[in-house]
Amino acid sequence: MKKIFNKFFLIFKKPVNPDIDQLIKRRTIISFLYFSFAIVIAFLSWSWLIHQPESKAALKPLREAMKVNEKLFGGLFYDNNHLAPLFDKSKRAKEIRVNGDIGMGDDFDEDSWSLKVVRAPGDTLFISLDDIKKLPKTEIVFDFKCVEGWDQVSHWGGVKFSDFIEKYNLGTTDKLKADTKNFSNLYLYTGLVTPDEEYYVGMDMPSMMHPQTLLCYEMNGEELDWEQGYPLRLITTVKYGVKSIKRIGTIFFSNDPPPDYWYENGYDYYLGL
Amino acid sequence: MKKIVEKHTLATRWFHWINFPILSIMIYSGIMIYWANDVFSIGFNNKTILKLFPDSFYHAFHLNLHLAYGMALHFLFMWLFAINGIIYVLYTGISGEWRYLVPGKHALKEAWQVLLHDLRISKKHPPVRKYNGAQQIAYTSIIIMGLGSILTGIAIYKPIQFPTLCYLLGGYYMARYLHFILTMGYVLFFIIHVLQVIKAGWNNFRGMVAGFDVEEIPATDKLEETNQLDELNTH
Repeated sequence: MKKIFNKFFLIFKKPVNPDIDQLIKRRTIISFLYFSFAIVIAFLSWSWLIHQPESKAALKPLREAMKVNEKLFGGLFYDNNHLAPLFDKSKRAKEIRVNGDIGMGDDFDEDSWSLKVVRAPGDTLFISLDDIKKLPKTEIVFDFKCVEGWDQVSHWGGVKFSDFIEKYNLGTTDKLKADTKNFSNLYLYTGLVTPDEEYYVGMDMPSMMHPQTLLCYEMNGEELDWEQGYPLRLITTVKYGVKSIKRIGTIFFSNDPPPDYWYENGYDYYLGL
Repeated sequence: MKKIVEKHTLATRWFHWINFPILSIMIYSGIMIYWANDVFSIGFNNKTILKLFPDSFYHAFHLNLHLAYGMALHFLFMWLFAINGIIYVLYTGISGEWRYLVPGKHALKEAWQVLLHDLRISKKHPPVRKYNGAQQIAYTSIIIMGLGSILTGIAIYKPIQFPTLCYLLGGYYMARYLHFILTMGYVLFFIIHVLQVIKAGWNNFRGMVAGFDVEEIPATDKLEETNQLDELNTH
């Protein structure tokens, strides 16, 4: 055994008065040893990565990377003045794609629905659709983007979430007037849940205060379709469609990230565009 | 008489071999993402000849139903891909290596010669240099493609934060399409590249690992030979 080792390490010893073939051979062997070593390291690294424990259905190092990306793109590059390009109504798609029905259970009773807003523990408001419609209406025609990779120009009408917050004085930690520009007295997150509690999303407050984040009751100029989230859904241009929850039952505010359906299934929590 | 000729610098070799697994992971995870909305196909006059990709392809490599995993991998390894590429370009610029790589005046004509020679249409051997015209064009294009992937990637990753970029690339759908086409370009590049390496043989492949070429030189007088060996010994 020792003999083999000695012979092996002999390669690294510079020969005395070598001929050209010896030199070529020596350099080739040493280089390919390093090369093989690098390949082994690469495979071990990959194997290490894919055998890491999971955090919310995502490998932990990948979850960490998502958080770093969120800090960078949600902090450094994000700006509520960055608006999604708007389109003319003539550009909107005729058939609006329906892509999910989680949280849209059949047992929904539209007559008894009103939006439940938990302002603070023990301080709950119920707001009717008619009252929401009394707020200033905003319409946007934008390119809706699904996390799956498709996009579609669609037309939505409703109330800006920031207008809604200001009107009912919601989401503040100090009960003073909501600072919808700098978010100084706002909770860090908004949670939105369907009436049957099957689907739920968590949204960071800057994205909720974006001027293109709406509580919608209209699509393509008409009352929201049943499968598009009647009576009230969220539409935001700054996130993938999975965050634009249909049929909102409850809204609440929190400094901890609220539960999020697709986050729990391995997706990024932030999902910002 | 043989002679050792230095070919690829250690840095170049590192950039090359680091890029290979990273780009592989980017394509692997990219296909997982593409699977969720695989709308592109090869065809003409609205007739689909080949849907990219057939379901059997996804199933064979377990690329289906992994959108979340694909995105998670893609958005980690994108950093390594971009950083390795940027440092490579900086290195190539500063070290002067770019002089061998940027296509010269006759690159196009030479590339045509290489093509004819490789397809065995012409017997005329193209000039033997570190990189011939065809290689110059290929290795410069691949860097521009890399830049294209980064830019189209940013445009589909954060279209609202970088709306101008997204607009210049023809919008969200077009940016996604270009991003996909570039990836297909890498696959094509890879196939041709590997075939060329096989064709060029061992000496060339060793050049990318060990960094040197062995050249046959006509026998020289004894004195020069000893000098050369002395020089080699000092390396």
